[in-house]
Amino acid sequence: MTTNNHPLLFELSKQGRVSYSLPELDVEETDLDSIVDSTYLRKESPELPEISELQLIRHYTNLSKRNYGVDSGFYPLGSCTMKYNPKLNEDVARLEGLSYIHPYQSTETVQGALAIMYDLQTSFEEITGMHRFTLQTAAGAHGEWAGLMMIRAFHEKNGDHQRTKVVIPDSAHGTNPASAAVAGFDPVTVQTNEQGLVDLDDLRRVVGNDTAALMLTNPNTLGLFEKEITEIAKIVHGSGGKLYYDGANLNAIMGYTRPGDMGFDVVHLNLHKTFTGPHGGGGPGSGPVGVSKEMEEFLPSPIVNKREDMYVLEHDRPNSIGRVKPYFGNFGINVRAYTYIRTMGAEGLKKASTYAVLNANYIMRRLESTFDLPFTQHCKHEFVLSGKKQKKLGVRTLDIAKRLLDYGYHPPTIYFPLNVAEAMMIEPTETESKETLDAFVDALLSIDQEAKEQPELVQEAPHTTVVKRMDETLAARKPIVKYEFES
Amino acid sequence: MGMNFRYLPMTKQDEQDMLQTIGISSTEDLFSDIPKEIRLTRELNLTPPYSETKLLNELTQLANKNVTTKSHASFLGAGVYDHYIPSVVDHIISRSEFYTAYTPYQPEISQGELQAIFEFQTMICQLTAMDIANSSMYDGATALAEAMTISSAQTKRKKVLVSKAIHPESLEVMYTYANGHDLEIIEIPEKNGMTDSVELASLLDETVSSVIVQYPNFFGQIEPLAEINEMIKDTKTMFVVSSNPLSLGMLTPPGDLGADFVVGDTQVFGIPAQYGGPHCGYFATKKKWMRKVPGRLVGQTVDEDGQRGFVLTLQAREQHIRREKATSNICSNQALNALASSVAMSALGKKGLKEMAYQNMQKTQFAKRAFQNSGVPILFDGPMFNEFVIQLKDSVSNVNHRLLEKGMLGGFDLGKIDAKYEKCMLVAVTEMRTKEEIENFVKEVGEANDNQ
Repeated sequence: MTTNNHPLLFELSKQGRVSYSLPELDVEETDLDSIVDSTYLRKESPELPEISELQLIRHYTNLSKRNYGVDSGFYPLGSCTMKYNPKLNEDVARLEGLSYIHPYQSTETVQGALAIMYDLQTSFEEITGMHRFTLQTAAGAHGEWAGLMMIRAFHEKNGDHQRTKVVIPDSAHGTNPASAAVAGFDPVTVQTNEQGLVDLDDLRRVVGNDTAALMLTNPNTLGLFEKEITEIAKIVHGSGGKLYYDGANLNAIMGYTRPGDMGFDVVHLNLHKTFTGPHGGGGPGSGPVGVSKEMEEFLPSPIVNKREDMYVLEHDRPNSIGRVKPYFGNFGINVRAYTYIRTMGAEGLKKASTYAVLNANYIMRRLESTFDLPFTQHCKHEFVLSGKKQKKLGVRTLDIAKRLLDYGYHPPTIYFPLNVAEAMMIEPTETESKETLDAFVDALLSIDQEAKEQPELVQEAPHTTVVKRMDETLAARKPIVKYEFES
Repeated sequence: MGMNFRYLPMTKQDEQDMLQTIGISSTEDLFSDIPKEIRLTRELNLTPPYSETKLLNELTQLANKNVTTKSHASFLGAGVYDHYIPSVVDHIISRSEFYTAYTPYQPEISQGELQAIFEFQTMICQLTAMDIANSSMYDGATALAEAMTISSAQTKRKKVLVSKAIHPESLEVMYTYANGHDLEIIEIPEKNGMTDSVELASLLDETVSSVIVQYPNFFGQIEPLAEINEMIKDTKTMFVVSSNPLSLGMLTPPGDLGADFVVGDTQVFGIPAQYGGPHCGYFATKKKWMRKVPGRLVGQTVDEDGQRGFVLTLQAREQHIRREKATSNICSNQALNALASSVAMSALGKKGLKEMAYQNMQKTQFAKRAFQNSGVPILFDGPMFNEFVIQLKDSVSNVNHRLLEKGMLGGFDLGKIDAKYEKCMLVAVTEMRTKEEIENFVKEVGEANDNQ
């Protein structure tokens, strides 16, 4: 028997209740039937809920209490960089002059907005060592695709139509091969060696005159710095391929090294990770793309530029890959990132990376005797543990993750990267205090004890959440993806 | 005193204790794996950190340089509109349990977000009369590009027919995506601001994967979807419709007129223009394409105690499981903006949605008549939702410049998309415009015209 502890909007609805206050209809009305063919005038209104304003507020307030954000507690979700989202960013993004501007206003009426965009582009160029940035791309995966389309345009311009392969490490995020496919490439895997780094012999084997690019995160998805990066660049460039930097892990290296100096040709950033754009429950993000000088002509249109004292939008870019998004990217998210960069400056950004790395290493060393640590060198901003010791006790990594919910934490990323069994990927970020890190470590050590002494406590977790483990098989087998109204 | 960083809590003592636990003497040791030749040996060249007050002052001044749709009565639309945003919207999306959360992969602590998306999906289905809707996409244009891609993958056909009367930037985005997938886009010419049905009929054959139109179209006119559907309903060709969801408060939904995919942007519900983004794409389709849908989908299920709850479902479609075989590379969605739109749609409710759509049509009709009465020609004579085209004697940029001085934002310059529309302005009139503003606008446009 299914029980419903929390009604849906549609179950609250009662005919006649309203929660809106539209402007007055102060013009003389026309008979619309005389204008629009009756085929196109809707006969039955859509069933949107009819509720009062207080009902609406309570509904969503209750929903928010059934949700967990960074402001609720520690969120060590590896590869996602769940750092604090500064409140000033939100205030700035909501300024009337930044939120109520239309993308088709003439450029002289939006000089303030363009100034921010231009300055942000320039800041990213400095932080990454790239020649030129676009802010058009909506998210990391969108940036990957746009970046690969530029690499495709580059090879096509050179007549290199045989370059159809994109080399991707086996530890890479799923968007890398998916973006390569959407850009029309065939992904090829390069193996990771025993140190958790790109296997150079394998790289030499897979790279050739059909290679369009290598996609790499550095530090990689295991949280390890690819210290042979200059050799990697030499191998890929030597074959005529390009080097693509997935900026998912930039938070580890700001002010220490730059993708441009490592030899990367195209870079995307995830502003909702490194640059404190809020994740919003899944988005919106923003994924600006930077390129080297020789790739500049392929950047998507338009680009913000400065001519004397005026900011302008350049549309006339004949070799551009074209438009990747309407208007000018996720401006509202870019404003938040800009506010963050201006708050931190060079000193603050470097410190952020220092503490992100220090925090990850601290947690790793406190846990390494209890959990299996497949790669033992210093990590960068995140690291990967394996739960294989605990699995022998009958407690899976999934169980450990669910038990962490009872301790009040968001679990780490689990079962990723794919090349580590029972993986737990932990990224604390720089914005957490030592007390929080210690308490989290203690929770994991305590769960390990529980696994030994009363494994069912862990296997049956969580015990304290508003719902227990969900039947995901049922959800996929008999999908219910909307509310069914009684007819 | 050194610079304080309020987002960084480590004290010197914390740092010392942690270094000791790690067994090193300096944080520099943690970066020793970065080879010397690529180490940055100078500080990044960025503006020094600003205090909260100083930075807010500077950015407020920059923001104040911009003309806004609050300071000026806006008649600018062309895909982004000035609409009523109920006060409740920002209060709800400012709850940080929502906006500081990640994607709800842990359903036990994400029921709030999951349920909100489930409700969003339901409302999109209601508006479009489609079977299923996903959790949202980047924006209307990329949602359209995804619908094009799926149609081609399903029909195994490379040719796409796209109406020239869709948003020009959507068309540009589709070209870029088509390039990635090696698809061929053929534009269906537009005649009198409508998709030319004679041309469409002659272009249609068994090699066409999809026919793509916008409803209402870019010129504000209501495309005859029923007629287009008649041409393709018995074929394998997919019918893809991009639709302003607000218009569906008054107009027959595409789902009732044969559409296989309905996409668009919910910016009209609770999302400020924000210089063009972030907005929120929606994506709806028929049940039979459910396992081909890009992006995230929330489904209802039960927990171990039989309690109703929600999860991300059918994830085998997605990139983190299927990698290069995924239906799309999309990873994020626009969850927070989908939430804003959900709150706005809930606030409007069944009655308010219809009333708002009705007001848009009425105020637009009023403005159109007022232009006709003042002698400014209206370019097309088809039925309109909330936009129409006027023919000026002077350039649109000149007229808009004069309107700006009078405290108004004039319409979109159609000459930018096609030379044949030089001196043609696309005017948007939403429920936000008062009779007085409309009359004033008509008067000022007329005067700018007469001074020519």
